[in-house]
Amino acid sequence: MKRTLNFNIFRYNPQDPASHPHMEAYTLQETAGMTLFIALNQIRELQAPSLAFDFVCRAGVCGSCSMLINGRPRLACRTLTESLPDTITLLPLPTFELIADLSVNSGKWMRAMSERLETWVHSVEETDLDRIELPMDPDLAEHIYELDRCIECGCCVTACGTAQMREDFIGAVGINKIARFKADPRDQRNDQDYYAVVGDDDGVFGCMSLLGCQDVCPKELSLQTQIAYIRRKMAFAGL
Amino acid sequence: MKLIYTDVLVIGGGLAGMRTAIGVKRRGLDTLVLSLVPAKRSHSVAAQGGMQASLANCVKAAGDNEDIHFQDTVRGSDWGCDQQVARMFTHMAPKAVRELAAWGVPWNRVRKGEHEVVINGQRVTLTAPAKAHGLITARDFGGTKKWRTCYTSDGTGHAMLYTLGDQAVAASIPVEERKEAMALIHDQGRCYGAVVRDLISGELSAYLAKATVMATGGYGRIYGVSTNAIINEGIGQALALETGVARLANMEAVQFHPTAIVPAGILVTEGCRGDGGLLRDKDGHRFMPDYEPDKKELASRDVVSRRMAEHMRKGKGVASPYGDHLWLDITVLGEAHINKNLREVKDICQYFLGIDPSKEWIPVRPTQHYSMGGIRTDYRGESPWLSGLFACGEVACWDMHGFNRLGGNSVAETVVSGMLVSEYIADFCQKPENDLTVSTHLAAEFLQRETDKLKRLFTSSGDENAVAIRKRMEQILMEKVGLFRNGEHLREAVEELQQLLIRSRQISVASQAQGANPELVLAYRLPRMLKIAIGIALGALQRTESRGAHYREDHPERNDRDWLNRTLCHWNSEDDTLPVLDYEPLDVNTMELPPGFRGYGTKNIIEHPATEARQTQVDRITEAAPSDLNEQLMPFRHLLPEKYRGDNERLEDSNP
Ligand SMILES: Cc1cc2nc3c(=O)[nH]c(=O)nc-3n(C[C@H](O)[C@H](O)[C@H](O)COP(=O)(O)OP(=O)(O)OC[C@H]3O[C@@H](n4cnc5c(N)ncnc54)[C@H](O)[C@@H]3O)c2cc1C
Repeated sequence: MKRTLNFNIFRYNPQDPASHPHMEAYTLQETAGMTLFIALNQIRELQAPSLAFDFVCRAGVCGSCSMLINGRPRLACRTLTESLPDTITLLPLPTFELIADLSVNSGKWMRAMSERLETWVHSVEETDLDRIELPMDPDLAEHIYELDRCIECGCCVTACGTAQMREDFIGAVGINKIARFKADPRDQRNDQDYYAVVGDDDGVFGCMSLLGCQDVCPKELSLQTQIAYIRRKMAFAGL
Repeated sequence: MKLIYTDVLVIGGGLAGMRTAIGVKRRGLDTLVLSLVPAKRSHSVAAQGGMQASLANCVKAAGDNEDIHFQDTVRGSDWGCDQQVARMFTHMAPKAVRELAAWGVPWNRVRKGEHEVVINGQRVTLTAPAKAHGLITARDFGGTKKWRTCYTSDGTGHAMLYTLGDQAVAASIPVEERKEAMALIHDQGRCYGAVVRDLISGELSAYLAKATVMATGGYGRIYGVSTNAIINEGIGQALALETGVARLANMEAVQFHPTAIVPAGILVTEGCRGDGGLLRDKDGHRFMPDYEPDKKELASRDVVSRRMAEHMRKGKGVASPYGDHLWLDITVLGEAHINKNLREVKDICQYFLGIDPSKEWIPVRPTQHYSMGGIRTDYRGESPWLSGLFACGEVACWDMHGFNRLGGNSVAETVVSGMLVSEYIADFCQKPENDLTVSTHLAAEFLQRETDKLKRLFTSSGDENAVAIRKRMEQILMEKVGLFRNGEHLREAVEELQQLLIRSRQISVASQAQGANPELVLAYRLPRMLKIAIGIALGALQRTESRGAHYREDHPERNDRDWLNRTLCHWNSEDDTLPVLDYEPLDVNTMELPPGFRGYGTKNIIEHPATEARQTQVDRITEAAPSDLNEQLMPFRHLLPEKYRGDNERLEDSNP
């Protein structure tokens, strides 16, 4: 399995007047168990010290390192090179603001989405922290956690047909958040409140059901089900 | 010159920073948070197994309370911790879990009736009473007498950080992402904020604040293999050190976690063993009971890690191209349990090892994991030497962990200390004498200094390569300042790390990009990492005893007589290559739990002369069982903000 890998990597630093967008080629000897995290660091260490990319946890949980890997949005840290052909093309996620090379500002996008959808438990009561907590059904807690597992990596937004056309579309990530809070009895918002933030074409009604989102979600969230569910609820709420 | 003013500048957007920002905002102060990365991508998000709090809701937690949590924590610390702080912490932990529950964390809950669990390799049926149904449940973790670790599957850090991140958005707290603190602005023993670099544009600005909070996390990544996120490089500790005034403490106290996968070094949670997983050697033999008949796989991390290394030294490791390892066997837990409660572990095994952990054993070995040491603070989270500088979370040595932290106590610390420190900060800011009176000259001076440093890197003709120096630093720490230490290796480490620091002053940067520029970032961070590395190695060299995670083969005994103290570390001048160490004694006469045997690990203690008398005194007071026992043994409640002094209710109180 001693392969030579040929990388084609997008290079462009908008802050650097001398830089222009182009693809650059690098070659690397593959090693056993090599991930794109390892490969990109080797390229940076030995060939391209200024190459920008984002890794944080490097364990598939923080959502920093999504990029287009041979055309498909994926988490680079947990992509083994052995799962790829020997020519590997890496591009930054489109849809998000480019910082440089493979680094994009998905954090800014996600924060705006959170502000718009108010992705937090809305509750007016102050909790008495000395008292036993309110009970919650164990199955419900597990269900909420299931929806809470989104890592805001942006893959679903990149794979979304609507997001390509509508700049303000909230994407599957946003709709799933609404499903998460709607399932949570601690959030005292009602369907009308949710309708106010997702009941339009930039919200759940913009989805064209192409379901690229579900195909690429690294956490395998049931995005299709959640979108259908929220659409149904919002259709009623809008009547 | 760009100046930004706020009341409280929070540097770090992990659990500690977020909870602090929310706390000061609730007290009516203006605040903003800086983070190297989007806040929700901070290292905290990767915490897996859970958060300790003595709620006592599940069957195996019956009878748990703050006292037992306190004792476990002190034993875990190998008597290195500040017992008053540990008391404050264990009192607050249930409140913190309950607050997070109210804010949205979907904690796993108790289910009434019978359920099967695995204990000591055996399937056991437990029956949960109906009255506990729906309350927050807990799992077993190392070094604890009760099942006390609250969790959401094995994505606890994720659920907690997303909840706090969202609450910060709800509170309209600005979080400035991709901003790096480069220096603390200070004068005459008072901190006034920080010089900050925008990692996208490269611009430097001065942020001025009444209070500055370091919440920048640990320093694991200066080791070659670590479970930490790659941004945990100890920069926060280094910035405090570079003031020359603030002090770090116990930098040599570095934790190695027993179970990181080989070779990637990615953690699989202690929850694996807590839920019943076993450690096996090359013969498939479960070896931990041979060494630790009582706690077995669930002794504290320092002990389990050392036992594993000891066993591998006996030739019982599994040989691999990446060195020896052992096996973690969670097949005994069954697929259903893994799919529900250990799903990140399952993903990690699938993606990084190509195995199914419900069918195959996981290759693991002890790996750098946690920094007990950090910026020394008082119980209020403030530096005793640099007023206005606060620190909390992993970056701090608040000192509830001493020389070894228990699993589940760290995310608990981040939130508890955020709750407390934000109150003390608010009190500090409300005092007129702490108003911000800094001159813009001072800000300009610090800004200029950082500007010049960066300019020097761009124009330097030095011929040193940052990547090579970094690799060597990582290697030295791994080989000479690891799990087993000795004087000879530590001396070599201190010597060579100093050489590296000198060489690092000759690094030059080829790429001239002002904004995103990873080459530049490494160049200015590396000398800071080296200072931390030297602090660790020197602390370890001078501490001629073994305590918690700090183990000296040439001094295997815990020496309370000479070393019941905290190492303090400060850096006098920029040109120095060594910090200055001095020591802060721990007072046996005020301890609620005087030094003793931990109940696991090897018993090898040189006693402190005052221990026996104090123990007698403690026993006498305890036997008399006064209603204000805590007050008589070691008062701590008066240190807490008033609103947090109340007792924690438990099921046994509500249903007598
Ligand atoms: C894999 C893993 C699993 C773990 N699991 C558990 C567990 O189950 N239970 C438990 O109790 N503990 C666990 N821990 C430990 C725990 O996760 C950490 O100790 C804790 O999350 C640290 O939180 P923090 O807020 O102090 O720092 P972090 O979460 O590390 O946040 C640091 C913040 O500071 C910012 N920052 C750093 N430097 C700068 C700078 N110069 N300028 C601006 N910003 C800066 C970063 O961007 C980040 O936002 C685990 C640790 C690891 C490695």
